Amino acid sequence: MFRLWIILFSVFVVYTCFVYTCCDQKNAPSTPPDSRVNAGWTLWQEKNCQSCHQVYGLGGYLGPDLTNTAGDPYKGEKYIYSFIKNGTGKMPNFNLNDSEVNNLVAFLVWVDRSGKNIVPKEKVTWTGNYNLDN
Amino acid sequence: MRNYLRLYIISALFFLAATLIFGLLASWAFLYPETYNKFLPFYQLRPFHVSAALFWIISGATAGVLFYKNGELVPGKANPITEKLFIYTWLATIVVIFACYALKKFGGREYWEFPPVLSMPLLVSWLFLIASYFIPIVKSTRDKPMYIWMWGTGIFFFMITFIEQNLWQIPWFRYSYLREVTVQWKANGSLVGSWNQMIYGTSLYLMVKISGNENIARGKTVFMFYMLGLTNLMFNWGHHIYNVPTASWIRDTSYVISMTEWIFLLKMIHDFRSTLEDIKRLKHLITYRFIIASEVWVFFNLLLTLAMSIPAINRYTHGTHITVAHSMGATIGINTMILLGSFSYMLGIDKMSESFRKNIITNYWICQASLVVFWGCLIVAGFLKGYRSVTLNIKTFQEVMMPVMPVLKAFSWAAIPMAISLIIISGMYIYRAGTMKAEIE
Ligand code: HEC
Ligand code: HEM
Repeated sequence: MFRLWIILFSVFVVYTCFVYTCCDQKNAPSTPPDSRVNAGWTLWQEKNCQSCHQVYGLGGYLGPDLTNTAGDPYKGEKYIYSFIKNGTGKMPNFNLNDSEVNNLVAFLVWVDRSGKNIVPKEKVTWTGNYNLDN
Repeated sequence: MRNYLRLYIISALFFLAATLIFGLLASWAFLYPETYNKFLPFYQLRPFHVSAALFWIISGATAGVLFYKNGELVPGKANPITEKLFIYTWLATIVVIFACYALKKFGGREYWEFPPVLSMPLLVSWLFLIASYFIPIVKSTRDKPMYIWMWGTGIFFFMITFIEQNLWQIPWFRYSYLREVTVQWKANGSLVGSWNQMIYGTSLYLMVKISGNENIARGKTVFMFYMLGLTNLMFNWGHHIYNVPTASWIRDTSYVISMTEWIFLLKMIHDFRSTLEDIKRLKHLITYRFIIASEVWVFFNLLLTLAMSIPAINRYTHGTHITVAHSMGATIGINTMILLGSFSYMLGIDKMSESFRKNIITNYWICQASLVVFWGCLIVAGFLKGYRSVTLNIKTFQEVMMPVMPVLKAFSWAAIPMAISLIIISGMYIYRAGTMKAEIE
C-alpha cells in the first residue's frame, strides 16, 4: 500500500514542478510586473477588492468581473480611474490618493494583457474541452 | 473528555454560529450594499463569513481526529503537550485574524484575506498537530484501518496546500499573472480535497463504530476509493481555472481526472440497497442521521460537480452563483453534516434525554428543508447569470443581474430558518460540551 502511495506522491511532485514552471507557456508572453503594478496588486488585496470583484471569474459576485475592463474600448483607464477614485453607491469610496488609484489602474492594465476572460464559442471542441492554443 | 479538547470543540461550534450570522448579514449586504456600506460593508462581511466557515470545518475536522485517534493508539502514546500547543496557537491566531477583519486590515488572497504574516503562526500550529498525530501513530504497531490513512493524508496535504497558497509572497510567482492564478487555485482546490480526506475519514470511522463492522475500513475496495480520492485531490483542481489561458495540458489533466468521479456516483447507486437497510437499522441514532444527510448531499453535489467539470458547461457556470452552490452545497450539505454527526458522537448526544434529541431532530429537518431551497436558489441565480451573459451576450453587469436579484432575495429568506436551526443545534451542543465533564472522563 505504502509503495503505491509513494509512486502517486512522486507523480504529484513532478506535476507540481511542471505546473510552477510551464503552466503559462505558449499563451502568455508575459512581462513581469513593474513596481507600480506590484503596488497596485498589494493594494488590491489590502482593500479586498476581490471580495466584490472577480478576475478571470474568480472572486466575489457583487460587482463586475474586471479582467478585461482596461482593454474594453468603451471603458479603459480613465473610466477605471473614476470608479476607484469616487466609488458609487454600491461600491464604497476608499478615499485613495492619486498615486494609489494609478497603481490600481496599472495593475488592471497588466492583468488585461494576460489574456481574455471569456472563452469564445468557437474554442469549444467536440470533446467538450477548450482549445485555447494560438 | 480532556479540558483542552472540550475548549476546542466549543470554539469550533462558535465558529459555525459565527459563519451563519456573518453569512446572513452578508447575504443582505449583497442585496442592499448602499445601506450596508455605511456601517458593515460586504467586503468586510465576506471574509468574516468565509474564514469562519473554513475555521469551523478545519477545527471541527481536527477536533474529531484528535479525539478519535487516541482510541486507536497503544495506550499511553498520546502526547497532550503538542496537542495543547496546536490548539492554543491555532485558536489565538484565529482571534487575531478576526480582530484584523474588524479593523479592516486585509492583505491575503481569496478565503485567507488576513494580513499574510498571520499565516506563519497558523503553519507553526499545524506542525504541532503533525507531531501530535504522526509520532504516536507511527509508533503504534497495530494494523491501521483506512481512516487512519485518511486523517494522516488530510493533515499532511493541508500543510502542503497551505504553504502553496502562500507562495505568492515569493516575487517569482508573481512574474506572470497566469502562473500566480494557477498556483493559487491549485492550492485552493487541493485544500478542499485535504479537509475532505479528514472528514470522510471521520465518516468512515463513525460508520465502523456505529455499525460495529470493522471490515468496511479494511480491504482492497476501500483502499482503491481512497487512492481515487487522493488522485482527485492532487490533480483535479483545474476546473477552477478552465477559462484562464494556461497551457492546455492543465485543462486536459483536470478534465480527464474529474471524470473519474463518475465512479463515486456509480458506487453510490450500486450501494443504494444496502444503504437503505442501514437506514432502517440505524436511523434512531442522531449521529447516523447526519451521516445519511451528508450522503444525500454528496449525491446531488456530485451531479453538479460533474457537470461543472466539463469545460463546455463550465463556460456558462463559471463566475456565477452556481460556483457558490457548489462550494456552500458541499461545505454545508456534506462537511457540516458529517462534522455535526461527529460532534454528536463525541458528545454522546444519543445518550441524552428524549426531549433533547427530539429538539435536535426537529431542527435537523428544518435545516434540510431550507437547505434545499437555499441551494436551489443559488443554482437558479447562477443559471440566469450564465444564460444572460453568455447566451444572450448582455454586456452591462447591472442588466445581467436584474432578474438574478429577486432569486437571491429568496435565497436570503431561505437562509434564515437554516441559520436559526443550525444555531440552535450548535447552541445545544455547546451546552452539552460545557456540562458533560464527569461522564466521559
Ligand atoms: C462592496 C463591494 C465592492 C468593493 C469592495 C469594490 N467594488 Fe468596485 N464595484 C462594485 C460594484 C457593485 C460595481 C458596479 C458599479 C455599480 O453598480 O455601482 C463596481 C464597479 C467597479 C469598476 C467599474 C467596472 C465596470 O466594468 O464598469 C471598477 C474598475 C472597480 N469597481 C474597481 C474596484 C477596485 C479597484 C476596488 C478595490 C479598491 C473595488 N472596485 C472594490 C462593488 C465593489
Ligand atoms: C445562513 C446561512 C448562510 C448564508 C446566508 C450564506 C451566505 C453567503 C454569501 C452571501 C456568500 C458570498 C457569495 C458572494 O460573494 O456573493 C457566501 C460564501 C461562502 N459561504 Fe456561505 N452562507 C451561509 C452559510 C454557510 C455555511 C454554514 C458555510 C460552511 C460551513 C458556508 C460557506 C461558504 C463558503 C465556503 C463561501 C465562499 C464561496 C465561494 O467563493 O465560492 N456558508 N455565503
